[in-house]
Amino acid sequence: MLSFRRKAVNAVMLSLTGVCAFLAVGTLLFILGYLFFHGGTSLTLDFFTKLPAPVGEAGGGMANALLGSAKLLLLASCIGVPIGFLGGVYLAEFGGSSFSFVVRYVTDLLNGVPSIVIGIFAYILIVLPQKHYSTLAGGLALGVMMIPIAIRSSEDFLKAVPVSLREGAMALGASKAKTIFTVVIPAAKAGLITGIMLNIARVAGETAPLIFTAFGNRYWSPGWEQPTAALPVMIYTYAISPYPDWKQQAWSAGFVLLMLVLMINVFARMILSKRGHAAR
Amino acid sequence: MSATAPTAFETRPSGRVYAFWQRLRSGDDIAYVLTLTCALTILAITALLVYELYMNSTLAREKFGWSFLARTKWDPVAGEYGALPFIYGTVVTSGLALFIGIPLGVGAAIFLAELAPVKLSNSLTFLIELLAAVPSVIYGLLGIFILVPALVAIEPVIRAALGWTPLFSGPFYGVSMLSAGVVLTVMIVPFIISISREVILAVPTEQREGALALGATRWETTWNVVLPFAKKGIMGSIFLALARSLGETMAVTMVIGNDARIHTSLFAPGYSIASVIANNFSEASDALERGTLIELGLVLFGLTIVINGLARILVLSTTKKGAS
Repeated sequence: MLSFRRKAVNAVMLSLTGVCAFLAVGTLLFILGYLFFHGGTSLTLDFFTKLPAPVGEAGGGMANALLGSAKLLLLASCIGVPIGFLGGVYLAEFGGSSFSFVVRYVTDLLNGVPSIVIGIFAYILIVLPQKHYSTLAGGLALGVMMIPIAIRSSEDFLKAVPVSLREGAMALGASKAKTIFTVVIPAAKAGLITGIMLNIARVAGETAPLIFTAFGNRYWSPGWEQPTAALPVMIYTYAISPYPDWKQQAWSAGFVLLMLVLMINVFARMILSKRGHAAR
Repeated sequence: MSATAPTAFETRPSGRVYAFWQRLRSGDDIAYVLTLTCALTILAITALLVYELYMNSTLAREKFGWSFLARTKWDPVAGEYGALPFIYGTVVTSGLALFIGIPLGVGAAIFLAELAPVKLSNSLTFLIELLAAVPSVIYGLLGIFILVPALVAIEPVIRAALGWTPLFSGPFYGVSMLSAGVVLTVMIVPFIISISREVILAVPTEQREGALALGATRWETTWNVVLPFAKKGIMGSIFLALARSLGETMAVTMVIGNDARIHTSLFAPGYSIASVIANNFSEASDALERGTLIELGLVLFGLTIVINGLARILVLSTTKKGAS
């Protein structure tokens, strides 16, 4: 018969694991709830339309930060998505040799590099020679961060396309390039698009590489050669400031950022799970 | 017999140029070269990254050499720089995060993989993976305004229970290595949970059934059979979480207190490598300070490469042999 001690240990430890799981989930719900009540309820239209007000003046918003983030993400996508996607095509379609192994290894290496080091990289490459901060530098930093993720997700989704599709196309006489671009990629397009969306969502929240590349701006920043405000950097600047009005705005901005990121994530994962692919 | 005028077939241009043109038109070679170039670009970018970090930290490396890693003084005015306080802060906060996070993460993974019904497990995992998508500056925000006051409130309890150890001595101002460690815990737990859960799910059912058939309780099966089987993968997830926490910048910068000295107590403020770079880089007063910060970036880069490499080896060896 099972000793009481063993039964007790069993019950206690198993319930502890349940506690751990619900703690983890509870944290997420707490974060969401708190950000909503603290930031979401004080969100006004001004936040989306006005420029930051001078310190001490009430009001103002983060319109320039929203636009700045959009510009940075656009530039980052232009750099990261093509290189990453085509690199993924290479690994999935022409790979298999030891060279592909090296490429995958280096991709994972680059993926693991802390974002601040990538910020230093963009600083050295662009800010130092130009002697000023710029949207270009910030976009490059974010783009470099997007590349490894884009490669991995493209490769995974392209490899998930059944070999029979490729074989069918080739049996009909299509060349390899034609097969890739007219059969395989359209077949994987749901995964590829959601991969891009997840990539953008991940990079949208990055602050560290922008601190000394795009730097920040209290006004609109036209073009690509001027420093620009970005939503996460504004959150950081306002959160560590001593002004209550700024801190409140940091909460609102945090809520907006979190909602954006989470909505993209939820949407992307829902598409992926519907298609039967494992969400990455 | 052949006609007087040559047929179209006979007038078709032949030769190597034509063959080359035909191959080019089919697009295979273009596609190959294009995608190969992109793959090479990644190698080029990484090589350039290492090269630039190395070259731009020359000033600092030549001045201090390897002793940079052992010096403790950080004094930009006097030109004295040392990396030890930051390495210490990084190691301590990440270590604390692992110390709290591993039991939490693996425990939750066990629950999700072994105990929870499939639907509950999937939805909870979905929610936990959303935690991993939350930007780190938001964790910092919550850290400053919720965690730090909460820790200040419960500090008497901690001090009463653990104040006799040097780890919990000294004054507590809220921003401290303890706060940074706790914030990091929340950030790395989703990684540990999702990877560990997958690894535990991959353990063959026969192993569990064998243990249960021999009379083990659920917990004994999990602890003595399933976990050792999944050990490598779980270790891999821990290393990945460690690599993530070493490079974590914003959340740590906002709650660690920014004190470039080594304190034994967790209640004391500290400084991590990423934080000092984030705080000082744009205000670096001279090339030497900037070079030093870049050298710190190189140190951090090296650390994360090593740990990521170890993690990859572990996770690779797990997936190759199944869940051995």
